[in-house]
Amino acid sequence: MQQTRSVELGTGLFVLLGLAALFFLTMQTTGSNTLAGEDTYSVTARFSNVGSLKVRAPVAMSGVTIGRVQSVEFDPVSLEAVVVFEIDSRYDQIPDDSDASILTAGILGSQYLGLQAGGSEFSLEDGSEIQFTQSAIIIEQLISKYLFSSSSEKEHE
Amino acid sequence: MLRDIYFTVVGFLRTFGALQLFFLRLLVNSPHIFFGRFRLVVQQVQNSGTLSLVIIMVSGFFVGGVLGLQGYSNLARFNAEDSVGTFAAFSLLKELGPVISALLFAGRAGTALASEIGLMKATDQLSAMEMMAVDPLPRVLVPRFLGGVISMPLLAAVFSAIGLLGAHLVGVNLLGVDAGAFWQQMQSTLDMSDVYEGIIKSVVFGVVVSLLAVWEGYNAIPTAEGVGRATTRTVVISAIAVLILDFMITAMAI
Amino acid sequence: MDSASDNVIEIQDLDYSRGPRQIFKGLNLSIGRGKVTAIMGPSGTGKTTLLRLITRQLRPDSGKILVDGVDIANLTQKQLYQLRRRFGMLFQNGALLTDISVFENVAFPLREHTRLPNRLIRHVVLTKLHAVGLRGAADLMPTELSGGMARRVALARAMVMDPEILIYDEPFVGLDPISMGVIVRLVRKMNDALGITSILVSHDVQEIAAVADCSLLLADGKVAASGSPDELNNTSSELVRQFMHGMADGPVAFHFAAPNYADQLLGRDSE
Repeated sequence: MQQTRSVELGTGLFVLLGLAALFFLTMQTTGSNTLAGEDTYSVTARFSNVGSLKVRAPVAMSGVTIGRVQSVEFDPVSLEAVVVFEIDSRYDQIPDDSDASILTAGILGSQYLGLQAGGSEFSLEDGSEIQFTQSAIIIEQLISKYLFSSSSEKEHE
Repeated sequence: MLRDIYFTVVGFLRTFGALQLFFLRLLVNSPHIFFGRFRLVVQQVQNSGTLSLVIIMVSGFFVGGVLGLQGYSNLARFNAEDSVGTFAAFSLLKELGPVISALLFAGRAGTALASEIGLMKATDQLSAMEMMAVDPLPRVLVPRFLGGVISMPLLAAVFSAIGLLGAHLVGVNLLGVDAGAFWQQMQSTLDMSDVYEGIIKSVVFGVVVSLLAVWEGYNAIPTAEGVGRATTRTVVISAIAVLILDFMITAMAI
Repeated sequence: MDSASDNVIEIQDLDYSRGPRQIFKGLNLSIGRGKVTAIMGPSGTGKTTLLRLITRQLRPDSGKILVDGVDIANLTQKQLYQLRRRFGMLFQNGALLTDISVFENVAFPLREHTRLPNRLIRHVVLTKLHAVGLRGAADLMPTELSGGMARRVALARAMVMDPEILIYDEPFVGLDPISMGVIVRLVRKMNDALGITSILVSHDVQEIAAVADCSLLLADGKVAASGSPDELNNTSSELVRQFMHGMADGPVAFHFAAPNYADQLLGRDSE
């Protein structure tokens, strides 16, 4: 009896430890807990180029994550990218003339959507569209622009 | 020559088919053993899970520590040492956790299973059961199989979790990466699908390694030499199967 | 008809071969009810194989094996297990389950096949262990037992479901004289007290003489001789005499089949 009891105890502890490890992994390594996820409102923004912005990329204001990208789609009529993102409804005081830009976190980091506060007295609400957007900076374009300008300077000399 | 190839191929197919049928018989017998004789399963979770815990935890800690060191020194070349947490978490959750724990599991629990069952066969214990009108497949093999299947994902999770702590200890406490950056970067990069991929892998590996161990033990030639060969084959075949399946699952996930 | 019902097991024209080697060729034998029957034979004549055929752990190539007049070849798995419950078998080294205690080993068939309450199981198990003189060893693990003790525990386990037929596979091998004496006594006692049929495979001539009612000698895939141990002892057959008296050479040759000695030494066989 003593033996079976210690077996059961050991097994119970092992299974608990395993489940605790699983819980730790899901909660601690993924960002699913940063957004409460209960109450959010959706906002749309149009970009001429979204770079490599992905669904579930963070939406940040002053560097703090306040929401996530819900969908990235191409509008065949306006020939623009339409990004829908949700913002935690705790942050319901964001001016409706704020501008959205696609930024990169660090040199190797992934892209995220940054909001910069405007000065309007009206706030963004569910279904609003952001008017002022700045597209992603594409490194290849930057480089070719730089090369082009430096080579044209040489021609002038 | 052609005949040899023919017989090798046919022999392989026959063994493979027999293995599938054996797997099916295990599955068919699993529910009533799991619900009806849960105590037998608990005993085997103890044997293959709890007893593998020490090797899993020690290995996980040091693998995590190495990831911290390597990640730091290599990412520092790109001024991205803050990503060391992301690097460690990606490697552990998706690859190293499931794969290394499956290999360790094959070495610790798989060999123990194969040799135990082989020895039971060699000492007529399985025949004795049959003579007592007890089918050894549900009574002996199924609880051991289920014990392995339950233990493996838990072991892989423990491995990854301890590994992360090891990476944290090396990266943050020793090399001075900011703790906030360590976790924050990881959390903003990984999502649930990465965790799921690791869990799916560890479940598949658990099934495969337990199946192979039980199979090799059950089909061991009932002599001391045969049992020894069965344990060796368990490790070798399990390792190959785990690595091939790892490649296949990763390819499917991407 | 009368004589048929006196035989628990009857084997008719049995053929069995393993790989290229034919082990039984037209074997006929019968085993009487309530008796201790010994099956003897030189090593490799298939004594253990015969036991496995009788309990259908192996299937014959052809021929019939009747247990109480029922051909066991056509039984379903369920019927076979039903039949096996009437058998008790003692394996060569006991074949105790090594991961559970002596008590649990003896209780094993009860726990698997009945829903008896724990108290009753305890009662039955202790009774059986007492019968083999090992009630005191109930809490030991099988690895802590000597060879003779392990066999006695296995006997208690074989008895626990009250079988009608008890089969002993080489019960005397590797035992010291005292343990052997104990087993001989137990075989006889179990057989007479419980009215069961015992089948004993062995090549220990003296022990068999002490315990068996009837002996069968297997050779060349057939029954070479049968009768009471005394009858076999005084037979005129050379093979039986060689076996019973342990002579090194005779019909069973000392030399394994080989090419001519002189030829092989002179290297002529390679030509």
